[in-house]
Amino acid sequence: MRQLIGDLMRTFDLAQSPLRELNEELHRQTDGSNEAHWEVLNPRGGHAIAVGIDAPIKVDVRGSVGYYCAGMNKKATVTVHGSAGPGVAENMMSGKVVIKGDASQYAGATGRGGLLVIEGNASSRCGISMKGIDIVVKGNIGHMSAFMAQSGHLVVLGDAGDALGDSIYEAKLFVRGKVKSLGADCIEKEMRPEHHEALAKLLAGAGITDAKASEFRRYGSARKLYNFNIDNADAY
Amino acid sequence: MCGIVGLFLKNKEMEPQLGELLSRMLSTMCERGPDSAGFAVYGTAEEGRTKITLQSPNAAEDFAKLKAALAKDKKTDAKLSVNDTHAVLSIPSDKVDAIKALLASDFPSIRIMATGENIEIYKEVGFPTEVAKRFDLAHMKGSHAIGHTRMATESAVTTLGAHPFSTGADECLVHNGSLSNHASLRRELIRDGMTFNTENDTEVAASYLTWRMKQGMNLGEALEKSLDDLDGFFNFVVGTKEGFGVVRDPIACKPAVMAETDDYVAFGSEYRALAGLPGIDTAKVWEPEPATVYFWQR
Repeated sequence: MRQLIGDLMRTFDLAQSPLRELNEELHRQTDGSNEAHWEVLNPRGGHAIAVGIDAPIKVDVRGSVGYYCAGMNKKATVTVHGSAGPGVAENMMSGKVVIKGDASQYAGATGRGGLLVIEGNASSRCGISMKGIDIVVKGNIGHMSAFMAQSGHLVVLGDAGDALGDSIYEAKLFVRGKVKSLGADCIEKEMRPEHHEALAKLLAGAGITDAKASEFRRYGSARKLYNFNIDNADAY
Repeated sequence: MCGIVGLFLKNKEMEPQLGELLSRMLSTMCERGPDSAGFAVYGTAEEGRTKITLQSPNAAEDFAKLKAALAKDKKTDAKLSVNDTHAVLSIPSDKVDAIKALLASDFPSIRIMATGENIEIYKEVGFPTEVAKRFDLAHMKGSHAIGHTRMATESAVTTLGAHPFSTGADECLVHNGSLSNHASLRRELIRDGMTFNTENDTEVAASYLTWRMKQGMNLGEALEKSLDDLDGFFNFVVGTKEGFGVVRDPIACKPAVMAETDDYVAFGSEYRALAGLPGIDTAKVWEPEPATVYFWQR
């Protein structure tokens, strides 16, 4: 019976009710909530849809969203069945955000945890200033991606644009396709067994079965631009 | 900020709906630019005739006087249709210079918004949906149209500071962003004979493209060149008599999304502007690449 209640789905139509009501309802959900599955209709490119959730719920958005969808997400799994505007999953803390289409600028910016999967392409500044989030992009990413990226992983099955990883700290970047150019202090690095293992885990987490870890190259910091002290390596 | 919308119809049967579609697109971009709004509509041309879109802060008085002056001139077959603070003056194309001279000497408060066979431009200070309603955009017809909602940064909130800017026959440009080398470029263009009506950075971009096209380039080539010569942030959407172009600067931090179907090409600062278009669910939707010129021509 508990399972049955858990599977009940709430449908929220943004053509009928205002966004603020949806986000307020989502914010009311907690760890033990019965309303564990939500469906959002008619997003029509609206801003800030499903931001700030702090509960292990599932949200399916049927259509394309505008700025900042699923920002600050904690624990929830948010799936956008369409494309996302700028700043999707920015500052995500945990949980999972899946974009079935493309994502615009600065996807996953400053994210601290969780997994962001973009099934299409991401445009410029993907993972800018990321601080622990894992981002997997099935398509290509645009210029200045992983700019000043501090920690976490960015996995790209397609190509990367100009200045990948400019001024990067300790985030790990894996690209299967071509990299147009590397940014300042970003270099190609050896794929050691632990990187193969971490990458395989990320690919599996993103539901990707048609790419092998061995097809990727790893990029990271040359550690010449920032004052890196090897004694602090454990902090990352 | 600023919002841009643009619609270029490939399917002629949709032409009667152009104004209705653009007005709905414009209304979604009000928050991006609540200061003022404007739009250019490319309507039907009349053989051998040119349309001059006029604007006046004393519209009633000025346009009544102009009508009387035109009625006296039996040799010029002129038609004036007033639309709120604007009016479209249709004249034989060989009379354009004479009429412009008359306007300059006898009607100093009348401003020319656009000149061309197809183009009409309407722009005013005010909330975008109000501006669209004032001019009844929803009932305008044509092949392509570009609209803009303005949040001013580089120059004052005035009618002339609103977009689109038109600096050549049947040409117009709207801009989201700000240019950093507009002052020096303006001086160079003035030296080369271009004239300016405002202190606005966007007018410099429009004038630059006109200048390039006067050198024989087509719109696509002029836009390519603008990537070398303009410095700053910009998304430009540009119209010509038969063309529709889009370009973003190499940094591309200003938002842009495009959609294409068999029936149309559309531009929006955000997807919200495109969400109401017919067939959008099956359209090709993409974010235009930085420093890449997109250009369609009939």
